[in-house]
Amino acid sequence: MAQKAIREYDAKSILAKHWDKYFPDFTYAYETVLVETGAQLKEEAKTKTWLASKALVAKPDMLFGKRGKNGLVLFRDAKPGDVTLEKAASWIDEKSAQKQSVYFSFDGDTPTGEAKTDYLTHFIVEPFTPHAQEEEYYISATCVGDDDVLYMSAEGGMEVEENWDKVTEVAFAITDTEEEIEAKIRANVPKDVPQKDKEGFAKFAIGFFKAYRELNFAYLEINPFVMQGSKIELLDMVAKLDDTAGFMMTKEWGDIEYPTAFGMEEKSPEVMAIEEADSKSGASLKLTILKPEARIWTMVAGGGASVVYADTIADLAGIEDLANYGEYSGGPTTDETQFYAETILDLMTRTKDPKGRDKVLIIGGAIANFTDVAATFTGIIKAFENYASKMKDVGVKIYVRRGGPNYEKGLKDIKEAADRLGLWIDVYGPETHLTDIVRMAIEE
Amino acid sequence: MAQLFTRDTQAIFWNNNTSAIQRMLDYDYTIKRDKPSIAAIVAPTAESKFQKFFWGGDEIMINLYKTTAEAKKAYPNADVLLNFGSFRTAYDVTMDALNMGGFKTIMITAEGIPERLARKMIAVAREKNVTIIGPATVGAIVPGAFKIANIGGTIENIINSKLHRAGSCGLVTRSGGLFNELSNIIAINADGIAEGVAIGGDRFVGSVFVDNLLRMQDNPEVKYMLLLGEVGGTEEYKVIDAVKSGKITKPIIAWCIGTIAKYYSSGVQFGHAGASANAERETADAKNRAMAEAGIYVPKSFNDLPNKIAEIYGKLKAEGVISEIPEPAINTIPKVRRSKQFICTISDDRGEEATYAGFPISSVATPDTGKGIGDVISLLWFKKQYPKWATQFIETVIKTVADHGPAVSGAHNAKVTARAGKSVVESLVTGLLTIGPRFGGAIDGAAQYFKYANDNNLTPAEFLNYMKKLGIPIPGIGHRIKSLRNPDLRVVGLKKYAAEYFPATPLLDYALTVEQLTTSKKDNLILNVDGTIGILMVDMWRALGYSETEIDEFISSGTLNAFFIAGRTIGFIGHVLDEKRLAMPMYRHPMDDILYQVDMAEEI
Repeated sequence: MAQKAIREYDAKSILAKHWDKYFPDFTYAYETVLVETGAQLKEEAKTKTWLASKALVAKPDMLFGKRGKNGLVLFRDAKPGDVTLEKAASWIDEKSAQKQSVYFSFDGDTPTGEAKTDYLTHFIVEPFTPHAQEEEYYISATCVGDDDVLYMSAEGGMEVEENWDKVTEVAFAITDTEEEIEAKIRANVPKDVPQKDKEGFAKFAIGFFKAYRELNFAYLEINPFVMQGSKIELLDMVAKLDDTAGFMMTKEWGDIEYPTAFGMEEKSPEVMAIEEADSKSGASLKLTILKPEARIWTMVAGGGASVVYADTIADLAGIEDLANYGEYSGGPTTDETQFYAETILDLMTRTKDPKGRDKVLIIGGAIANFTDVAATFTGIIKAFENYASKMKDVGVKIYVRRGGPNYEKGLKDIKEAADRLGLWIDVYGPETHLTDIVRMAIEE
Repeated sequence: MAQLFTRDTQAIFWNNNTSAIQRMLDYDYTIKRDKPSIAAIVAPTAESKFQKFFWGGDEIMINLYKTTAEAKKAYPNADVLLNFGSFRTAYDVTMDALNMGGFKTIMITAEGIPERLARKMIAVAREKNVTIIGPATVGAIVPGAFKIANIGGTIENIINSKLHRAGSCGLVTRSGGLFNELSNIIAINADGIAEGVAIGGDRFVGSVFVDNLLRMQDNPEVKYMLLLGEVGGTEEYKVIDAVKSGKITKPIIAWCIGTIAKYYSSGVQFGHAGASANAERETADAKNRAMAEAGIYVPKSFNDLPNKIAEIYGKLKAEGVISEIPEPAINTIPKVRRSKQFICTISDDRGEEATYAGFPISSVATPDTGKGIGDVISLLWFKKQYPKWATQFIETVIKTVADHGPAVSGAHNAKVTARAGKSVVESLVTGLLTIGPRFGGAIDGAAQYFKYANDNNLTPAEFLNYMKKLGIPIPGIGHRIKSLRNPDLRVVGLKKYAAEYFPATPLLDYALTVEQLTTSKKDNLILNVDGTIGILMVDMWRALGYSETEIDEFISSGTLNAFFIAGRTIGFIGHVLDEKRLAMPMYRHPMDDILYQVDMAEEI
């Protein structure tokens, strides 16, 4: 996926790094730290004196919003704006000690939908900034269809979803020049922005939109920012980067981490191993484990074909039988294919089917454009050799369907190998419809 | 443009991806195209100027260029760019081609081009009415006409999937792997495809489903269309709109893959509210439903797709919309092919009569053909038919340099060798071996330095200064005895010929201003015969339309020396024959003509 969410702390750091280029008429103190524990926060305070001298705000920085409504923003002890370093540190330790439930949508203040429960691991801590509500503004930018769209509002800190009528939208073609951008923004400053601040707002919005464009953000939102004359505070930020631009943004972005979202299941060691192999290879290796105890496992070549197989299994057998989703493509080497195959064989031979049925392994794929089928099958055959006895213990029926360069040899080799190893196998070429082996496996 | 490509379409291939190019040429050969589908290859870092490929069992050469601009200049009719640059370079290559103009279609294979750059290049292409296929695609094919790179896979698969000749289905997919699969399904259940495009897997692609389907609507070869969509995005709705508004009237069979996605949550929703409202619309189920409601033929599942294709095809055939397609004759690629060790591009002795650059020898040899040595040189050395004024100039040069008496080093060598009893050829080569930087080389040098000075707009004074800094006397300037007042009549003759017959002589004109300056310093620093020849050769090539780079290559490869070698060979042979005729004895140099100073070697 090209668009990746980053932490609020990193988003602020990127803007701060390029502040003078985009916002020469404004100042931003960039007083913000990212910590995992209270002790770390105290350690930071040794160099960042504001942490000890100013009242603080602390909140989790883990790619989810609505932190206020979830009761996860610390800005008061006895009264608003009295949070000390000590208090913030102990609050962080308290909140990270056990799993927290987080709701992602609210109707008013009432949570809707299901909560996710997970540990809070990252917190952002900043000074408490006293300001008037009128000084808060909203601004965001993203790509909609073919255009970039800038959203601006004189009301900051609101639930945008609930106040869409207060938001001014301006669309920009990708080919718009800087002059066109500036003119459009100036012409669309929200009418509720006070007259004296209109020029400042326009300047800030122009800088914001240019930063969004030139720094290859896919999404950038500040809700709210506080504008006091030429002084800006970024109270809450959300950002996604287009990670395909990473190669040209190494200096601009600095060291960027793409964290897993809060509440996402921990990746299994197998999935992480495949991800690592994928990152080192010119080919593509992907694996998602859906239901490890399920009966049907797939090892499908090609991004499109793997989806078709998953669709068909869900249609014909139901998703409760589908153990995994994944694909290998782009001409993986024999070794890479062997590793991929062994990972799947290992997972599928750990337990027997509770109902005593044989498990099914679908080795599927469309007609390859340039991947050498025999070469990739050599890797799968080696994996069979290492897992044959386990496969026989659990009971595995193998269905193969593949076409492309050298497929006759590939099919012949895999059939011979399975026969030699005493594995149950059925082998088909391009004359058989892509997903027909799924029907056969289920009817069996 | 109803059809994406024709049998005459030629492409420039950016990046020397030899296996993909060979696949294209194998396809071309199989379907009996007249010309290869690749006109030229852009290979920015290549050392060589061409790449050999198989054409059936034979071999052909395709020229390599450093830049798209050079390739386009050489092949202005090649209006397709196959951009196989990486995700780092693909954008620049595309923008360069768009700004250059002259391309109707640009295919981009790279996956993961930064989104902002992809959007920019797509927008510019739309403005300029250029069709973009990709990025992140395996390409497109018009069966029986033109196939991009690896699409369709191996030749065996292409024949099996009937991609070697036009069928009646227009196929559009996102995925490249499934494109092949569907071609196969369509071949099994119907009569193959008339045109197919894999639009590419990145979020932003140039031509989208509806662009391609609208073109296919206008293509009379396409009788019905097959669209394979995917979960996510709203492109399928544009197709629905085109059907509803009557812009597309041909039958469409369509299926969106990814129906499984509904069973799994996509994780935390991120971004503003609009996104989740659209989400339901973007599911495969919703799109399949909407397409069915619009009258598009939607199967029950992917597994049911073959039946749906057979059904629609059968119906159209029964209605007489589709008729039986005759199977065309095809060439078969030999199983074993051997790469050739030698290449010859100037003459051919395989036919009835040997040819010089395509001209039978008899058509240039006898006087009645009106052709002379200059014509033969233009054919064999330059593979071009030079006009009369140029071939006669070449002959003038050959005649002018044929001999310069027995005392010059080459003639002297030839004579000494002949007197040692050696054969004509042995004596000749000892003479020829002296030709180089000091003997005969002034022609090369004059052309090189005067051209450099002229190309860089150096004034005569600056040029003199430049040569002084290099520490080289100006080649082509100076004569032992001749001067402005006592001119070299060979030079006079060459200048007179050029003035009369050359369309223009810019470099000679420049050289004469240099001569004015040098002769003002010393009377005999005139433009000599070597200089005049070298300089006029440059003027000749310029007038014949060669580029400055090509002329520089002629100079650096020693072509000017070759005129001297060819001409002076005549003189050397004369001297050798002269020696044979005179039966002169073995030559020994008189000792009194040698300064002997031999010191005792020191011990070290």
